[in-house]
Amino acid sequence: MANFTPISAAIGGVLIGLSAALLMLLSGRVAGISGIFGGCFVRGADDRGWRLAFLGGLILAPVTAALVGYGVPLPAMPASWWIVVGAGLLVGFGSRMGKGCTSGHGVCGIARLSPRSIAATVVFMATAAITVAIMRHGW
Amino acid sequence: MATLAPLLCGFVFGWGLLISGMTQPTKVLGFLDVFGAWDPSLAVVMAAALLVSGAGFALMRQRERPYLAGQTYWASNANIDTPLVAGSAMFGVGWGLVGLCPGPALVNVATLSLPVIVFVAAMAAGMALHDVLQTRQVVTGQAPAASDG
Repeated sequence: MANFTPISAAIGGVLIGLSAALLMLLSGRVAGISGIFGGCFVRGADDRGWRLAFLGGLILAPVTAALVGYGVPLPAMPASWWIVVGAGLLVGFGSRMGKGCTSGHGVCGIARLSPRSIAATVVFMATAAITVAIMRHGW
Repeated sequence: MATLAPLLCGFVFGWGLLISGMTQPTKVLGFLDVFGAWDPSLAVVMAAALLVSGAGFALMRQRERPYLAGQTYWASNANIDTPLVAGSAMFGVGWGLVGLCPGPALVNVATLSLPVIVFVAAMAAGMALHDVLQTRQVVTGQAPAASDG
């Protein structure tokens, strides 16, 4: 557990929770990123305004971070384009089909003790851990 | 105000992802790698987020409506159905392959990393593909349910 960073994890987690609490208390919306992002592509949607505002704020975070000298490291990505594209398709299709991702189910849904979200989180944590086990340990 | 609130919330969410290290695929994969050098940071992020959002949602339950909106938009479906399980299983495989889920992927677009931009484009295509297939299903009588998140 040499890479364990509990203090920054707790501070970041509090901010994520604060964002979800405020979005519900102020706008009545669930802070699920796949739902917010995916909802922008629904034909004839009349609620793109708040979605684009949230996504704009999300992107503003790394921009302001860079401005105050809090450099955002380049993420380590797989070398294979097939894996990048395949994983993106799976994340997009799957989060839309399962109606939520790590934020919508894993944070907001579990915080309201939704059985659907608890089930979804158990399932995607399990398949993700199995995928990493196969990719890294070859079984 | 109605637009400013989501903008502020997105901003705080993005900073939360950055500070927690969850925008780095290596941190996320370190958590998912339960048979390797396990990094429990993601569990701490979730636990802290759950405590604060849970408190906020409890406050919401004592109110009739949100401060700046006419109603709350909670998911209404309570059934653990096949699309929920199958979709979540697919999402988990994609998450485990790269270590990016939608929030961190979008934040990382700001780094202008080409693989991240390709990942986000594929993610949007996957979402659009799902919605096209689902719209066809609606014709055959299966109505889509409201989103959980």
